[in-house]
Amino acid sequence: MEDMSRYPLQLEGADVPMVSFKNVTKAYGSLTVLENLDLDIREGEMVSVIGPSGSGKTTVLRMLMLERIQQGVIYVNGKPITHMEKNGGLVPADDKYLRKAREPIGMCFQHFNLFPHMTALQNCMEGPVQVLGMSKRAARERSEDLLELVGMIDKKDQHPSRLSGGQQQRVAIARALAMRPKVMLFDEVTSALDPEVIGEVTNVIKKLVAEHNLTMLMVTHQMGFAKDISDRVCFFFGGKIEEQGPPEQLFDHPQKERTQQFLSAVKSAD
Amino acid sequence: MMFDWRWDFTWEILPRLISATANTLLAAGAGYGIAIVLGLVLALSQRTPYRLLTLVVREFVEFIRSTPLVLQIFFVFFVGPQIGIRLSPWTSGMIAIGLHYSAYLSEVYRGGLNSVPVGQWEACSALSLSTRKTYWRIIIPQALPACFAGMGNYLVGILKDTPMLSVIGVAELMHTANAIGSESYRFLEPYTLVGIIFLLVSLPTAGLVRISEMWVRRKLGVY
Ligand SMILES: Nc1ncnc2c1ncn2[C@@H]1O[C@H](COP(=O)(O)OP(=O)(O)OP(=O)(O)O)[C@@H](O)[C@H]1O
Ligand SMILES: [Mg+2]
Repeated sequence: MEDMSRYPLQLEGADVPMVSFKNVTKAYGSLTVLENLDLDIREGEMVSVIGPSGSGKTTVLRMLMLERIQQGVIYVNGKPITHMEKNGGLVPADDKYLRKAREPIGMCFQHFNLFPHMTALQNCMEGPVQVLGMSKRAARERSEDLLELVGMIDKKDQHPSRLSGGQQQRVAIARALAMRPKVMLFDEVTSALDPEVIGEVTNVIKKLVAEHNLTMLMVTHQMGFAKDISDRVCFFFGGKIEEQGPPEQLFDHPQKERTQQFLSAVKSAD
Repeated sequence: MMFDWRWDFTWEILPRLISATANTLLAAGAGYGIAIVLGLVLALSQRTPYRLLTLVVREFVEFIRSTPLVLQIFFVFFVGPQIGIRLSPWTSGMIAIGLHYSAYLSEVYRGGLNSVPVGQWEACSALSLSTRKTYWRIIIPQALPACFAGMGNYLVGILKDTPMLSVIGVAELMHTANAIGSESYRFLEPYTLVGIIFLLVSLPTAGLVRISEMWVRRKLGVY
């Protein structure tokens, strides 16, 4: 067992990061996917994650949402989400705590994962009504505003099977936003889309960056998009951050050889 | 005389058989009701994080599926009293047939639940939906259409298995036909009628299952 006393019960101070990975290790069985990851994300910061397939990009997001970790602590807004306080120390969180602690985090997936038996509007209302306990009316109002924001208000009564990929992804973004998250996670949200509809999704994300003070962590294969909107880009390799920095620096003047190789491979593939 | 059909006898026994049909339908309906609910319990309890529970339920389901229904009926009815549980033929019959089919239905549910893409679970977890709501509101509604064909087959199956209850004296169709036969020494008419009645009941059941499947799919918006 890891000695937990080295991790604070809570992060305090003037500029506590919105998300903070402290020495996080994640393994599936004997396969270590992320090793001793330290990563801080400021409130309102847009961080892109790039890297080769299997380097652990998705895993970084999943640890904030869906997975348990083997070592380290993750803090959101200063509070641990992977652990809870017990007798003055940190112990692994139980399911109930985890669910509560992860409420301020929203996630969008490569394959949208909308609920097929609900309309676009019902998809958006599900969380606010069932989890936040909002009235149907308030949830409907909020959801309609968000569907308006993503440009899907005229399709609000359609089931996902009647929507294109780009439209489904925009509804999925509205559904995540309906929970009023502080942190949004995007995992290759444009990878399953036809090229001509990628723009409608990236435009929504750009709008969120410009108009909302959301903290975002985005895995993407679209280097141009990442360069455009990120405050910082992290290049992952073999379960570690190989290099990170502002987009101009990382894309135009990468320091590490692996970063250079990766970027030139991606460029020649385009 | 090889084939000696007597219409007067047919009309005479028809009312008795029709009222026995009501018992057959009642037995099938009640047994199916038990099986539907218990089957879901068996399927869900194999998905809990408790390994031991999963193992025990799994073995129980296998055991039920690999032993004959008639043995299970005898077991509940005759062995029950020896350990102090005295049940009427009806109650024992319903328990046995309900239990038997719950094992089969749990396998249908299991397949249906497994057919729901893992992304749906992830979406629920991203919304912090509780496990209970995840099942009731998201997973089960989507699993249902995939379960319908199997559920329909077992509804017809349970109907056709109700004659087994005659062995412990439940007055369903078969039992009544046997009784008529041993009173009158005529078997042709009662057994033929029983066959026709089963046909008349099963055929629309299969049709109804198909119609309700389409209705549910449309209602849920999944095709
Ligand atoms: N549920 C799991 N069980 C076992 N191994 C897993 C699981 N999920 C991911 N892995 C492994 O973890 C490693 C990192 O996976 P991850 O999905 O984070 O990669 P990625 O960087 O997102 O790749 P891609 O660009 O292909 O999406 C891979 O080697 C993968 O095989
Ligand atoms: Mg990935």
